[in-house]
Amino acid sequence: MTDIEDELSRLIAPGRVHRRLYTDPAIFEMEMRRIFDAAWIYVGHESQIRNPGDYFATQMGRKPVVLVRDNDGTVRVIHNQCAHRGALVVATDKGNAPEFTCCYHGWTYHLDGRLKAVPLNHGYPQGFDPKDPKLAMLQAPRVKSYRGFVFASGKSDGPSLEEWLGHMTTSLDDMIDRAPEGEIEAAGGVFKHAYDGNWKVYFENLCDAAHPLFTHRSSIEAAQQQSDDVHSDGTGEIAIRQMRQNGAPYSFWESQVGIWTYPNGHSYLGDYHDDSKLVAALKDPVFRDYIAALEKNKGKAETKRILEVRRWNSNIYPNVSLMSQFQQLRVVHPIAVNRTVVHTYSFRLKGAPEQMFRNTISFANIVNGTGSLVLTDDLEIYNRLDMGMSSEGAEWLQIGRGYRSDVPDTHGGRRGKNSTSEVYIRNMLDAWLGLMTDRQAAPARAAS
Amino acid sequence: MAKGRKSKAKTAARVRRPLPAPRPRTTRGRAVPLDQGSCERFLLHEARLLDEARFDDWLALFTPEGWYWVPSEPDQNNPHDTVSLIYDDRRLLETRVRRLASPRIYSQEPRSRTSRIVGNISIEDSGSDGCTVRSKFVMIEYRRESQRLFAGTAFHRLVWADGGIRIASKRVDLVNCDAPLDGIVVPF
Repeated sequence: MTDIEDELSRLIAPGRVHRRLYTDPAIFEMEMRRIFDAAWIYVGHESQIRNPGDYFATQMGRKPVVLVRDNDGTVRVIHNQCAHRGALVVATDKGNAPEFTCCYHGWTYHLDGRLKAVPLNHGYPQGFDPKDPKLAMLQAPRVKSYRGFVFASGKSDGPSLEEWLGHMTTSLDDMIDRAPEGEIEAAGGVFKHAYDGNWKVYFENLCDAAHPLFTHRSSIEAAQQQSDDVHSDGTGEIAIRQMRQNGAPYSFWESQVGIWTYPNGHSYLGDYHDDSKLVAALKDPVFRDYIAALEKNKGKAETKRILEVRRWNSNIYPNVSLMSQFQQLRVVHPIAVNRTVVHTYSFRLKGAPEQMFRNTISFANIVNGTGSLVLTDDLEIYNRLDMGMSSEGAEWLQIGRGYRSDVPDTHGGRRGKNSTSEVYIRNMLDAWLGLMTDRQAAPARAAS
Repeated sequence: MAKGRKSKAKTAARVRRPLPAPRPRTTRGRAVPLDQGSCERFLLHEARLLDEARFDDWLALFTPEGWYWVPSEPDQNNPHDTVSLIYDDRRLLETRVRRLASPRIYSQEPRSRTSRIVGNISIEDSGSDGCTVRSKFVMIEYRRESQRLFAGTAFHRLVWADGGIRIASKRVDLVNCDAPLDGIVVPF
């Protein structure tokens, strides 16, 4: 182990983590190389690039990449950088193109990133070969789609995508299985919300069952006091029901929800909804039609199985989180050690009533909206975490809730005895240390 | 001295007092179409209520079925099939305004201060029931040692109701609606 790896491993202790993990620019730079340029990173969904030439510009860590459908239908992820002078080639978020041309000197690339043409190529030195594979918009060494969810890795070796995902494939399955016709599509736009804080605190909040009653009390109380006699076109009703659900009592959050973690930093929090307009129930006419469509296509038994999968946030380490029950997906983009942008997407379930998608949009606005009555208080927490963590003072942060009481679970996982266990944070930090020190197996130091 | 203090206090009180809401012009009891002047006075009045954080009074400007919309995309068709930075029907708008008054709204601790300029006001279409007014705005938001600048176009559907001008709908198109944005709490 190198000195730096030894140093990093001393920053995580049983039930504690050093604040440098969230504030040290040098550690952030290492994370970009050792995590975001090495692990399986979620890039996008195949429905965003249906036809040959369709592309979607995004990032893996800080690296700009293009997710593109090649002429033969293959999904590619290529570095959005010209091999000549290094300029960004694709400057629009999405579109369709037969090839990519750099606007500086006209170097033109095939959809798979290979160099196609170089104007004035006689001017380059002898031995200049446009067919040199290094002269390309470089492909990510590995690109793999799991049922439409495209991941890429900057490393040519390491665990396969399915090995990396492990039991979390069931959350991706849940996202798709809920579509009566077995297909989903990204639709309804994107939120891009930003905060001044480290990327890791975002995931560390998503499975935190102990914070809603404190952090979100302003929206919980405002929703509880709202008269239902006031006009709503349906949007406000969904939002207010969701805010009221956040007000579930501590006893419920503590004992009813459930927190599960799995190798490689993944986790999910069980669901906490009992509102028949938010989760599929026969009391609501839209859901009645939906359940009928599911049963028609999949049969009663399979429909029952699908609807019994009850998960809130599923975190797939290190950069994507799903709300499979609510057709939401969040992608974390680290910008700097103290700056993060999160893109959130909604999905349409093929074969479900159109009103259900509209409800999904209303739901997205309240849980992921930049102007949401709920999310804005989370963003405030992330900002305050950074302001506090960056200050001199307590070196060690406490992540010990449930530390002695976590229990082993199936599929190599651990779960909290109580739902408010911080086991999912310890589990992510295990994966973090494994990636940062390039060990094959996570040391389980923080979780054991 | 005493006199000086008194007049200073009086000045402060005058500064804080909002402009009176425009009253309907009527001809023998019947409302007449909204004219440029009354629309301008109304929009300035609304901007002042927002800058003074008088959100209850702002809410009272909306009709019982009024809605407030900040799209997430330029030229967004509707608030139902695409996400919105804010889309509040009347019920959610009431909840939003109630939350703004909460002492536990941590995203407003400390509170923002805003300053807006409203201009380029034009009546886009007008009928007996009201009119659509297009305007431009620039808003500075100051909070916790930093300032943000917002700008965009607002579309107000203004109608006569309850003896005054009311907002049936307000759409605010930010020039940077599709940019990465930090949390938005104070209404535009």
